[in-house]
Amino acid sequence: MQTKTLEAGVRHYGNTAIIDLNGEIDGFGEEVLNTAYDEAESQNPESILLNFSHVDYINSTGIALIVSLLSRARKSQKKLYSFGLSDHYVEIFQITRLADFMGIFPDEKSALVAIS
Amino acid sequence: MATFLRSFWHSLVGQDRLEDEATELPPVEIRSPSEIPEVQIAPEDPLIGYFQNASGAVELDKINVNSPGLAALKAAGVKLVVPLISQGELIGLLNLGPRLSEQDYSTDDRKLLNDLATQASPAVRVAQLVRQQQVEARDRERLDQELRVARIIQQTLLPKEVPALEGWHIAAHYQPARAVGGDFYDFLLHADGSLGLFVGDVSDKGVPAALVMATTRSILRTAAERHTSPGKVLERANDLLCPDIPANMFVTCLYALIDPVNRTMCFANAGHNLPYRRSPTEITELRATGMPLGLMPGMQYEEKEASLHPGETVLFFSDGLPEAHNARKEMFGFPRLKELMRGTPADDNLIDYLLSELESFTGPNWEQEDDVTFVTLKCTMIDMIEKPSQNAETGSQAGWRVLADFELASKPGNERQAIERVNQVLKEAKLPEKCRKRLETAVGEATMNAMEHGNKYEEDKPVYIRILTNDQVVSVRITDCGGNQIIPDPDTPDLEAKLDGLQSPRGWGLFLIKNMVDEMNVVSDEKHHTIELIMNLQGDENANQDS
Repeated sequence: MQTKTLEAGVRHYGNTAIIDLNGEIDGFGEEVLNTAYDEAESQNPESILLNFSHVDYINSTGIALIVSLLSRARKSQKKLYSFGLSDHYVEIFQITRLADFMGIFPDEKSALVAIS
Repeated sequence: MATFLRSFWHSLVGQDRLEDEATELPPVEIRSPSEIPEVQIAPEDPLIGYFQNASGAVELDKINVNSPGLAALKAAGVKLVVPLISQGELIGLLNLGPRLSEQDYSTDDRKLLNDLATQASPAVRVAQLVRQQQVEARDRERLDQELRVARIIQQTLLPKEVPALEGWHIAAHYQPARAVGGDFYDFLLHADGSLGLFVGDVSDKGVPAALVMATTRSILRTAAERHTSPGKVLERANDLLCPDIPANMFVTCLYALIDPVNRTMCFANAGHNLPYRRSPTEITELRATGMPLGLMPGMQYEEKEASLHPGETVLFFSDGLPEAHNARKEMFGFPRLKELMRGTPADDNLIDYLLSELESFTGPNWEQEDDVTFVTLKCTMIDMIEKPSQNAETGSQAGWRVLADFELASKPGNERQAIERVNQVLKEAKLPEKCRKRLETAVGEATMNAMEHGNKYEEDKPVYIRILTNDQVVSVRITDCGGNQIIPDPDTPDLEAKLDGLQSPRGWGLFLIKNMVDEMNVVSDEKHHTIELIMNLQGDENANQDS
């Protein structure tokens, strides 16, 4: 199985920052994820969207990283959303109750419409 | 007379000493000039003793001994014989026909001949010894060359490497004697994943044994490719070998067919040493009866089956070890071998240990009498959950089939390999996509836990994974080396506390596993810890929907 190290890019739309994630979210992706979040937060957006469209693996360590991001967002009173999760990871976000604290949208368009 | 003597000189230097043991010496051959036919005197002929004790030239007409050699000499026209004596030993004869002058040999003639014999004897003896050494050197060279050929034949046909089977450790050792016996072993991997193993010994040594070994190996491989029953394989090999094997030669051979997944070994034995199985508590012989190959056609071979449990080792061996002798002529023996196996620590390399014990037993400068060959087969996988799960849906413990056994090093990221292997093995299983994804997550999390918490990410501590099915559920059993650990209950993590920084954001693994599978079981002993993941196969799309 070919594994893909996490890569991340940040886009800004007005008061919204989108973090495009590509690869696998596990312990190896911590630095990439935190750096991308720092960059997204640097322009003080109201909302930050995590784009999971190109993420095909998230393990429990990855869940913990997302919990950390959510914790940071709550402390800085920013809203964290996600879109592009596969059905399997939507289920995991529901089981872990992450879905109770961050909005989950099927795609970028629906997410931007909803938060605007 | 000079020509006559030269002719005898040549004949004499080409001869072995006459005084050697009569039973081992060839007949004395006396060459004569062209007009005198060859005369042979047998070593046991009393004439030899007569000449040994004679003092100088002897007229044949004056000898009164009942001797075939005497008659032959006379018939050849010999009148006078001068024994050639060196250091008190008769080394040849100087045979003379009638004097050309037709007069009898004079006293001066005899004196001349005796002087000649006295002076010539040492030179003749030296020439004989030189020639003898040359012959022996040629014989040694020829023998060495034969042994080189035998060794090349044998070593070319022995496997260059042992097969690698997951969950098994196989080792082999072949140590030829100088005379090169006919030991052999061979492995044959079958398409169904089973492993054929031959060990055998040809009754002779040198080139003949090597050639029979080569033929036997070829016959056995062909038979094993056509038959799945070890008894039938030996039966077929015996029938093919019988017409062609040289008289008085035979081959002992054991053929075992190993099912590495179900850990069974079916075997038949054509007169070879019984293999020893070592379990933690005892050494047992794996007995099956049958005649050696090549003795008699139409033989049938008993077939037996043995289960091999984790940690057990089977030792296959040839005569070289148990029949080795030390300087006091004591034999190594089978009881000693059994006792050594019993005393070997389970983790030690058994072959190295036995070789070291053999060396201690025989001492230095041991001239190895026979080939020493070992093959060991050790089941290295561990038992994960001895008692199959009490699945609520099936209520049955019977009918489990092992689909795969494998192990992974405890290295961060290796959980992805576990997921991939499970997916490959269950490719054809009736698992809905949703359940498959859940199982992927559960396998990944359980493997990570095993590597991190059970094995502390120590790479030499593997994680063992076994996949089973009973056609109603699949079971994935993941075992680490961290026994006696308390496994916490998979409580629901307190997300609010984590978000508020009151708890670590981690701690999701066991909770995820529990919620991804239809059933989760945990078993620990003093050495290992196993988690079993059960998924229903009937395609229940609603499984865990309410979790």
